[in-house]
Amino acid sequence: MITEFLLSRHEKKTLVVAALILLAAILVPLANLLAPEGSLLHVPDHLVPLMGKYLCYALLALALDLVWGYCGILSLGHGAFFALGGYAMGMYLMRQIGPRGVYANPLLPDFMVFLNWKELPWYWTGFNHFWFAGLMVLLVPGLLAFVFGWFAFRSRVTGVYLSIITQAMTYALLLAFFRNEMGFGGNNGLTDFKDILGANIQAPETRATLFAMTALLLALSLILSSAIVRSKYGKVLIGVRDAESRTRFLGYRVENMKLFIFTVSAMMAGIAGALYVPQVGIINPGEFAPANSIEVVIWTAVGGRGTLIGPIIGAILVNFGKTIFTAAFPEFWLFALGALFIATTLFLPKGIVGTVMQGSKARAERQKAVAAEKGRTAAQPSQGAAAHETQAAE
Amino acid sequence: MDSKITNSILYLDNVSVSFDGFRALNALSFVIEPGELRAIIGPNGAGKTTMMDIITGKTRPDQGEVYFDGAIDLTRKDEAEIAQLGIGRKFQKPTVFESHTIWDNLELALNRKRGVFSTLFYRLTTEDKARIEHILETVRLTARKNDYAANLSHGQKQWLEIGMLLAQEPKLLLVDEPVAGMTDAETSETALLLKDIAKTRSVVVVEHDMGFIRDLGVKVTCLAEGSVLAEGSIDFVSNDPKVIENYLGR
Ligand SMILES: Nc1ncnc2c1ncn2[C@@H]1O[C@H](COP(=O)(O)OP(=O)(O)OP(=O)(O)O)[C@@H](O)[C@H]1O
Ligand SMILES: [Mg+2]
Repeated sequence: MITEFLLSRHEKKTLVVAALILLAAILVPLANLLAPEGSLLHVPDHLVPLMGKYLCYALLALALDLVWGYCGILSLGHGAFFALGGYAMGMYLMRQIGPRGVYANPLLPDFMVFLNWKELPWYWTGFNHFWFAGLMVLLVPGLLAFVFGWFAFRSRVTGVYLSIITQAMTYALLLAFFRNEMGFGGNNGLTDFKDILGANIQAPETRATLFAMTALLLALSLILSSAIVRSKYGKVLIGVRDAESRTRFLGYRVENMKLFIFTVSAMMAGIAGALYVPQVGIINPGEFAPANSIEVVIWTAVGGRGTLIGPIIGAILVNFGKTIFTAAFPEFWLFALGALFIATTLFLPKGIVGTVMQGSKARAERQKAVAAEKGRTAAQPSQGAAAHETQAAE
Repeated sequence: MDSKITNSILYLDNVSVSFDGFRALNALSFVIEPGELRAIIGPNGAGKTTMMDIITGKTRPDQGEVYFDGAIDLTRKDEAEIAQLGIGRKFQKPTVFESHTIWDNLELALNRKRGVFSTLFYRLTTEDKARIEHILETVRLTARKNDYAANLSHGQKQWLEIGMLLAQEPKLLLVDEPVAGMTDAETSETALLLKDIAKTRSVVVVEHDMGFIRDLGVKVTCLAEGSVLAEGSIDFVSNDPKVIENYLGR
């Protein structure tokens, strides 16, 4: 049932983008490791984690699109789920350092020794195992989203009020993680990682593998998201977005519908954070900053919300722009980002992908009108009708 | 719960509700029998829509009893539960899913399991497909099944919404101003459609269009200021001096 669910009814453009991402998963590592340095095909070492970082952001934007684009929940706190996934991975990486830290304590990370702590806090146990950390990458953001959503959706908090409380959530976590007593390294966060699953985290091969894993998980998440939004459940989500009370009066439990997608989305954001940390080499409370979550909204809006591929494209383009821009005029980036957001809202309200799609839909409709005029439509059943035939036949 | 309180499909007794001190419903009582088609008229602000809000769980009454199908106390249930029990509602302002096709609108309304996982793994069966096609015929939207609901005319949206109600297979339909914005021809077709629907279930129609009410030819209840002013045949009600003073005469 699950495979059937995953393989069914994707749009062509989704499959094309997923294939391109998978192609990058293979080609970028090859071009980095095998192509001789100086050749046109060679991808320099420093670009691999940079591109990996873009893909992590793309995954985060995809996660946001599930709730914002398809269910109308404008979360201004998705950075929190990303950061929690990142911290879970960071804790694993810290424990891999072992006695190689500055204080050479085999059990305690350096910052705990520095704070004069004698033993590992209970919530650090288990993080020496990769599988455990991996589980927490999903569970911690998922659980937070579930509990948060349970209360928010049940009490029917919507719109601006919901956005504000998601923002408050990430801000509260920012303050909490800044505190040394929390046991997550205070404002320095977690860093100086040595290896991951036994491999040197700085080695080009490791970085190439991390890139490939990121691309693979992004492609898988895209397919999963597409299967979700194109199912009947996905149609209910769009119903909730466009006419929440109509959905309720049809007998759907809107709060459960929202809760499920919010939790799935938070887990996806957690995976993005977990992939991000080994590639950038650090996680600190700054990742909880409210501004980070707002940036994700901008990437998603620029790419086109409610399209799945739009946010991926938006995240990559905007962050590529950020890399170029901040090298040239670092102090002006925030103004540029703000201007970009305003320009998108005014001139491309559906984002890049949404606008392109609208253009092609309008073209198709014109063609249909022309065809109708020639009286040919009756002879050829429309695509949608054919789709219903096949679905029913299965 | 198992002992029937009434034999009616819908039973309202002494229902009142206030908004910021304003009494929208004032000790409202009336009864709908199984299989009955009932028309409700009354001036703007009489409380007709509010009455539907109470029945469908959107608004809680301050006092009074609301029973469905004999013994089900509706004042303790929420919108989704009440919809699943078999009460469908058409809103005063037509509300359909504009960014879905006509087909998808009906598929979503279809009376099937409504949980997260049942909808996630739902496949359109031959039976469901036939059911949707049947409803498309009934509401005359077959030719447009793959168009987006946003592209329908106002009247067609009203029909689509009625189609969605049918897909829900409710025992009781509440229809709020179904012919607003319709041409005369569409209006009389709607009257026929509702009469047809009422053969198999109970229907409550709120309307201002007196010609339409006459076409229905059923028992009429006139509401004013949150309670029943008069009840009976259309001729009886429209000759009632209180009704003339409060509603028809204005
Ligand atoms: N949620 C609410 N909050 C405050 N006042 C309300 C609310 N719902 C209804 N009212 C008020 O209750 C009164 C009855 O409104 P209702 O919509 O039920 O009238 P109606 O009979 O449907 O009128 P119309 O024919 O114009 O649709 C109105 O004065 C309205 O302003
Ligand atoms: Mg009304």
